[in-house]
Amino acid sequence: MKVDIPQPLRGYTKQAQVDAVGSSVDGLLRDLDRQFPGLRFRIVDEQDRLRPHIRIFVNRVRVKSLATQLGENDALQILQALSGG
Amino acid sequence: MSSAERPVLDAHPLDPGRHAEVFPRPGLGVLVGTRKGAWILRPDPARQRWTTEGPLFLGCVIHHFVLDPRNGRTLLIGARAGHLGPTVFRSEDGGRSWAEAARPPAFRKAGPGERLRSVEQVFWLTPGHAQEPGVWYAGTAPEGLFRSEDAGVSWEPVAGWNDHPSYELWTEDPDGAQTTPDGSPLHSIQIDPRDPAHLYLATSGGGVFESRDQGRDWRPLNQGVEANFLPDPYPEIGQDTHCLQLHPAAPDVLYQQSHCGIYRLDRPNERWVRIGDNMPRDVGDIGFPIGLHPRDPATAWVFPMDGTDVWPRTSPGGRPAVYRTRDGGKSWQRQDRGLPQEQAWLTVKRQCMAVDALDPVGVYFGTTNGGVWASPDEGNCWQCIAPHLPHVFSLEVAEFAA
Repeated sequence: MKVDIPQPLRGYTKQAQVDAVGSSVDGLLRDLDRQFPGLRFRIVDEQDRLRPHIRIFVNRVRVKSLATQLGENDALQILQALSGG
Repeated sequence: MSSAERPVLDAHPLDPGRHAEVFPRPGLGVLVGTRKGAWILRPDPARQRWTTEGPLFLGCVIHHFVLDPRNGRTLLIGARAGHLGPTVFRSEDGGRSWAEAARPPAFRKAGPGERLRSVEQVFWLTPGHAQEPGVWYAGTAPEGLFRSEDAGVSWEPVAGWNDHPSYELWTEDPDGAQTTPDGSPLHSIQIDPRDPAHLYLATSGGGVFESRDQGRDWRPLNQGVEANFLPDPYPEIGQDTHCLQLHPAAPDVLYQQSHCGIYRLDRPNERWVRIGDNMPRDVGDIGFPIGLHPRDPATAWVFPMDGTDVWPRTSPGGRPAVYRTRDGGKSWQRQDRGLPQEQAWLTVKRQCMAVDALDPVGVYFGTTNGGVWASPDEGNCWQCIAPHLPHVFSLEVAEFAA
């Protein structure tokens, strides 16, 4: 499926949109990490919690659980919020 | 993942293109980590004229930036990549090219019912013992200790600290209301040059701890150090150590700048002596950093800050000064020639003072308003060598190899 990558993480992917596979958000992030080593740890901490400023949308609907199931035709967006100065 | 699978990048992976080119060359440098990136300051032979190289990792929070003195080429940076969490960047060629650690410091996965700990900051980096090339230690917030045996490519938790039976007692609750602002860090990791298994570290909520078995077990070392914010002002643990330094040429001599004063400990004694009592009363002995002379164990520098009332943590009276002792803390001399004489409310954080090994030694400090100051003559006179960097988080001297 197509995955949109936020600008701060494109240093890993070198592109704004990539293809990845997975039957869940967790599986998809693991596939992304296989393709782009180190990327998952920027999105999820060592306790498998989404980092506070990361937002994940599936078909434009925000999801908060890594266990969220995915279908082949879903579109996934990873966004990074900004705060502070 | 092995390091072989991770390509060496010509820019860091989080924001490529945000590097200025660095031109490695032998000699002295001052490594500056800031809230918005890293810089390297290089002097002329007299240490009078300085050039600024950088930025490196522009936009990343740089908690610590350290050269490996064992080879003069490997640089490690403890960074927080904006909102994307903590990591370590490394260079093996003096800063020309950089790669991210393949496995940055991270706590082990919590078991059922255990506190969920995740590294928020890679706050402190210490190169290992001279007999252990490639070994590094990292201290984090919350208070984690990590070790690398491959020059920072991969990091493993030091279970003897992170899973110590007294860990909960010795550290702050990261979810608690009393947590140190910006997180409670583990810092000041010190290695006895006579024995790679003899380690010290400090935390902001527990004080000083010692290990004699390479980190497998630890014990508090806080006798005589005040904690006037606790019900028992001289507890076994709970002190707020701001900076701990072991003298490299006299490793039985330890100094610390604490939340409650300046102390010295001469091992094998167990009780710290408050040498800050000999500071001028109107200045006090509160501060964050302490710097040691590389050859003379009786000489040290501190940067006093206002710890009265609501703790402004700025130069007392708006008149910044370094204070130096040459007699192990029995007396202190004010050193402010070249520093602003009024309305200068400087703050110097705990890893923002450094001392080089030249003769006479150079002393350096960096401020939260982005200035780096240098003295080529052991603190007698000062000049600002970089006035407009971001908020300085760390400052270290480096002797680059040929």
